[in-house]
Amino acid sequence: MIKRLLVISCALSMVTAAGWADQPTVSVTPPQLQGSRPVEAQTATAVVRDYLLSWKSLYKALDQNRPALLDAYFVGTAREKLANTIDEQAKLGIHTRYVERAHTLQIIFYSPEGLSLQMTDTVEYDEQVLDHDKVLATKPMKQRYLVVLTPAETRWKVRIFQAEAAPAPL
Amino acid sequence: MTLPRSVTAGSSFSIPTSGNGKAVLYIVGPGQALRRAVQLGGAASIAAGDLSSAGHYLAILTGESSSDTGEFDVTPVDSPESLGFLAKPSRLPVGLRNGISGTVYVFDAYHNLITKPLPASFELSVPSGTVQARTVTTRNGLAWTAMDSAPKEATAKFVARVGGASSARVIQEVPGDPCSISISAHPNGGRLAVETAPVRDCSGNAITDGTIVTFTENFNNTQSTVDVPLKKGIASVDMPANKGARISVASGVVAGNEIRWDGGR
Repeated sequence: MIKRLLVISCALSMVTAAGWADQPTVSVTPPQLQGSRPVEAQTATAVVRDYLLSWKSLYKALDQNRPALLDAYFVGTAREKLANTIDEQAKLGIHTRYVERAHTLQIIFYSPEGLSLQMTDTVEYDEQVLDHDKVLATKPMKQRYLVVLTPAETRWKVRIFQAEAAPAPL
Repeated sequence: MTLPRSVTAGSSFSIPTSGNGKAVLYIVGPGQALRRAVQLGGAASIAAGDLSSAGHYLAILTGESSSDTGEFDVTPVDSPESLGFLAKPSRLPVGLRNGISGTVYVFDAYHNLITKPLPASFELSVPSGTVQARTVTTRNGLAWTAMDSAPKEATAKFVARVGGASSARVIQEVPGDPCSISISAHPNGGRLAVETAPVRDCSGNAITDGTIVTFTENFNNTQSTVDVPLKKGIASVDMPANKGARISVASGVVAGNEIRWDGGR
């Protein structure tokens, strides 16, 4: 398990070193699977890499209101919902910037046939809504996302992308 | 403005505001973006169906002289409407333990993943009436199971049900590898007719027609082979009737008996 985590960490360092301007910090906690198929280190590395890249395409697509930018990393329901949001934003004359600050990832399910993988991401980001160039609001957020990825020809793509409701206060 | 902590997807709700004058309310998240004109001091109404994508939202109220922001959640409807059912494989040999797997994702009417735990039932049935059934509680919106293929070949129906939603897949359970192969030979004019007995798997199912059977004849340090597809469960071939030839048969990893042709004596 430790060896597997080291592999993931090393791979992430490589991705980070490859160069994004303001890189979010990324930590990967050991998989906690529902008794399903174990995740090979190579698969985990690829999934984490592709998921983090999906945030880059999400950022650009929602900032520039260009749904085509989603195509490389989103598919199915996730793509449809994000593309609808972009259409709505464009009609309202607004755009949104999601600036990631930190991701804490954990793989929680890998289906026995290898066709889907579920992950949680507690992500910290700043959400900034702009009306053309005027900033309407900027708010720091911390949210837990449930994400389902499926393998495509050359990469894993996000099929379900849904923020979970915050737990009710005690 | 006074925001609810959370609302159910697709439900109607209102957001009370205070103050005077006109304002605009934006509700924005990755799942949806809305705008409503608001008279401050009144309530902004969100009609049923207007906000249906589950997730976390930022609400911004911008007036002529002030603005306010807040956050709230939209949660999935608890009632399942559709299932994403991944079943694999669509075709497999009989008698395979945990050979069939099914994973089900549960969605509401707005295609939100329902994360509340729900009982999911899986049923694998064959026309003879044999049924394997399991009930699994969903976790984080999904449930999965693995089931055995039947001992006899059949077209099985694999059904997943959660609440009132169901989804079915057809699984072909086909014979496995041959259990054994035996051949016999008799003269046929100047040649030798070689034929297998009906080829079956270890559960007694006839092996699928088209499966290749390889006949090999060794004679005088030369070897000749013929590949023949099974037809009605049997493979047959005419080979040279060389006295002293040794003829053997194999299919996949299974080797059959060997016969030595002594000229028919």
